[in-house]
Amino acid sequence: MTTPALKLDNIAKIFGGLRAVDGVSFEVAPRQIFGLIGPNGAGKTTAFNCISGVYTPEQGTISFFGKSIAGRPPSEIAALGIARTFQNIRLFGDMTVLENVMVAGHATIGFGPLAAMFRLRKQAEEQERLAARAHEILRIFELDGLAGEFSKSLPYGSQRKLEIARALMLNPKVLLLDEPAAGMNSREADSLKNQIRWLRDTFDLTIVLVEHNMQVVMNVCEQVHCVDHGQTIASGEPLHVQNHPAVRTAYLGADVDESTLRQS
Amino acid sequence: MVWTYRTAVSIALIALLFGINWALDQYVIDYIVRIIMQCGINAILAVGLNLINGTTGQFSLGHAGFMAVGAYATAFAVIHLESWLGFNASNIPAPWMQGLLLSVGLLFGALFAGLAGLLVGAPSLRLRGDYLAIVTLGFAEIIRLIFTNTEALGGATGYSGGRPLGLPVYTNFFWVFLWAIFLITLIGNFTFSSYGRALRAIREDEIATEALGINTTRMKVLASVISAAAVGVAGGLFAHLMGTIRPDDFKMDRSVAMIVMILVGGLGSVSGAIIGAIFVGVTLEAMRDIQQYRLLAYSLLLIGLMIARPQGLLGSRELRLPAFLRRKRGGAA
Amino acid sequence: MSTFLQQLVNGLSVGSIYALIALGYTMVYGTLGLINFAHGEVFMIGCYIGLYAAFWLGYDALAAASFSPMSATLVLLLAMAGAAIVGMLIERLAYRPLRGAPRLAPLITAIGVSLLLQNIAVLAFSANPRKFPSIITEHRLEFAGVTITNIKIFIFAVSILLMLALEFFVKKTWTGRAMRAISFNLPAAKLMGVPADRVISLTFAIGSALAAAGGILFGLDQTKLEPLMGNMIGLKAFIAAVLGGIGNIRGAAIGGLLIGVAELMTAGYISSGYRDAITFVILIVILLFRPQGLLGVVRQEKV
Ligand SMILES: Nc1ncnc2c1ncn2[C@@H]1O[C@H](COP(=O)(O)OP(=O)(O)O)[C@@H](O)[C@H]1O
Ligand SMILES: [Mg+2]
Repeated sequence: MTTPALKLDNIAKIFGGLRAVDGVSFEVAPRQIFGLIGPNGAGKTTAFNCISGVYTPEQGTISFFGKSIAGRPPSEIAALGIARTFQNIRLFGDMTVLENVMVAGHATIGFGPLAAMFRLRKQAEEQERLAARAHEILRIFELDGLAGEFSKSLPYGSQRKLEIARALMLNPKVLLLDEPAAGMNSREADSLKNQIRWLRDTFDLTIVLVEHNMQVVMNVCEQVHCVDHGQTIASGEPLHVQNHPAVRTAYLGADVDESTLRQS
Repeated sequence: MVWTYRTAVSIALIALLFGINWALDQYVIDYIVRIIMQCGINAILAVGLNLINGTTGQFSLGHAGFMAVGAYATAFAVIHLESWLGFNASNIPAPWMQGLLLSVGLLFGALFAGLAGLLVGAPSLRLRGDYLAIVTLGFAEIIRLIFTNTEALGGATGYSGGRPLGLPVYTNFFWVFLWAIFLITLIGNFTFSSYGRALRAIREDEIATEALGINTTRMKVLASVISAAAVGVAGGLFAHLMGTIRPDDFKMDRSVAMIVMILVGGLGSVSGAIIGAIFVGVTLEAMRDIQQYRLLAYSLLLIGLMIARPQGLLGSRELRLPAFLRRKRGGAA
Repeated sequence: MSTFLQQLVNGLSVGSIYALIALGYTMVYGTLGLINFAHGEVFMIGCYIGLYAAFWLGYDALAAASFSPMSATLVLLLAMAGAAIVGMLIERLAYRPLRGAPRLAPLITAIGVSLLLQNIAVLAFSANPRKFPSIITEHRLEFAGVTITNIKIFIFAVSILLMLALEFFVKKTWTGRAMRAISFNLPAAKLMGVPADRVISLTFAIGSALAAAGGILFGLDQTKLEPLMGNMIGLKAFIAAVLGGIGNIRGAAIGGLLIGVAELMTAGYISSGYRDAITFVILIVILLFRPQGLLGVVRQEKV
């Protein structure tokens, strides 16, 4: 049995009296595309925040290829190889598209602040390397033509893609995507589906996907985990989870039309 | 190739500054030269402060404290270096020696101010926005009170190294601008490197920057150290221009004057900071006779600027040399 | 021991003045998330209004004892009313246009307003220190080697009274509840029909009136006033608010008293030269180890 890429064991995060995540456990195998679903406010984003180190969980352990990471600072976790996007897009609005991606390469540069101040040759070479790689990644998302634009001027769908591009620049092993299809039109969402699979295959990624668009989830995820009120209510194959009675009540109770649950 | 180019530029620059210095000595009244030097010192202050307040977006209200540390450390080093080398009132160092003594002193000034930047920045840069402003202000006040209460440094009456005529006045056009160009080049290079990009990312969104594997606290402290060291050099130049330094030279209104400089120039722009520094240096002199209205004018300027153009008068754009004067740089952006 | 008690008494009296001023900081920060740097200047202006009001009411330095308690109360009320108007004007002219601007813009504006008021005061009242009229005749009481004056008792009593009144206002009246609603969630409060602009304006008025009361008490205590005095005292009062937990009214009161006592203990036992420094040391320590303040609660930023 291989070590899971990501393993959450009995994680809890409490805000005041609210148990936003309440004893959640799951394992994600290497190179798996794993769906984390649940109605609004279920605790999915909070779980992501615990994994990426934004919050320190009150309870439980998180391991990344067997290495415990809970409680480490976000920058360390990112440097280890867990990259993420944000549900409420967090781009650097007043920086260009290219710069947004290049920032993510900063942790890997091989020169110190003094080399930067004296503009030593090493720094120019690294600068070129970062720029070349950033352009390469932007090309995947067809954003290369917009490299010089301020990221805040991009349309919503492109901003979502730029966030994924920026995360990829980190060269991660695990990629956490928080509602990447939100705000995309159906054509964009469709191409995103293919892109997610393609990214996994090309970059050998493990992907955890939080998504409300069930069509995307059912289509690309190999394993699905459903939470509600911070607790696991179902886990397993996509079809199994989709047809699980608890999942149906959770969603229907949350006033979502049943048709959104049906695979198209 | 790079090094021969740089050596050539440096030599040309030194020759040019030397020439201007000579010409100013000969043909221009001291009063004007003094204003020009003041502007050069202001430029260091503004570019230094801009690195942390503008580029990184961490609002310090206490840079007068770093300037004080730089001023005292420089003056202390120069005075002690002189007595160690056997210079005194009847054995004055030669002019070239004066500049070297000053420069060694300025290195101490930068070192101690940078250290202060580390000590202040490491704990306080975890705080956000307005809290940071207050804490830095608090640190600056503590620094000032320490100088006020240290009799060995002259206490409240100020430090003149125990010399009846005050600190030796070694600051001249040549050394001000040599240091200014040197420091501004270093900070400019830093700002336009990958480090500067990371600092701007912190300004835009700290949580996202942290999620990209960048230790934002360490980056902010680094910026704070560099910023404080530069401001410390300006303090040292100031000390040896004025001839005495008193703790009250480094009160909050000094920090506010620096903030006015970078706001006029546009937060986050290096060239803007220089323009703002010159603006403040010149208007400060122009309003010398109406001293009591000076701060009044500044305060109105601050309020008006924030209501009309919160990003600063010139925005964060950089003024760039015309293309034919620019040397091609490797890589994009 | 008597030094300790003496410093404690003096500290509590200075501290209660800080507490009064701290209330204004805490209320404004609570509603707008803004450090109203100009609040210290409102305190100073309140003090000057008191000075002029006393002369206007016929105060005569040579016959100070004949100034009636009635008139003294009137001085206090006039100063509070005048400062309230100044506070509202500041909010209306300088801060309201910036609502929704990036967070630093109001902060810089506040610094600007503070400088502006300082310099207007220098022009209007001259930079020279003035003597505050002794609108209450001082009586000394010796008590186990400790000197207590009626003025110190008065300061303490008035401060406590005003703080209790504010606590009642905020907890029990509709306007007070509206203030708390705004501080909890401004957009939601607006949606629920709270007239936010009016309530914010009133917040400034009340905070400023309390600062002016602090100004009068300060004048009585220190008997000296100058245009720049709001700077340092305002800063200390702000630190008191942070120490107690910004946005928390009881916290401001406790913070003010603690800072007053800490200051006078430092002056008494270490050196009066470091009296001001101790406040900043407290600030730094509290922000590093308990940034939410003594009575504050942590709110984790939503990501
Ligand atoms: N920083 C925070 N402070 C207080 N409550 C929070 C915070 N972050 C999330 N919550 C609450 O935790 C619950 C789960 O939120 P979230 O993880 O964002 O849900 P999801 O992403 O599944 O929609 C919600 O009730 C939300 O209001
Ligand atoms: Mg979410």
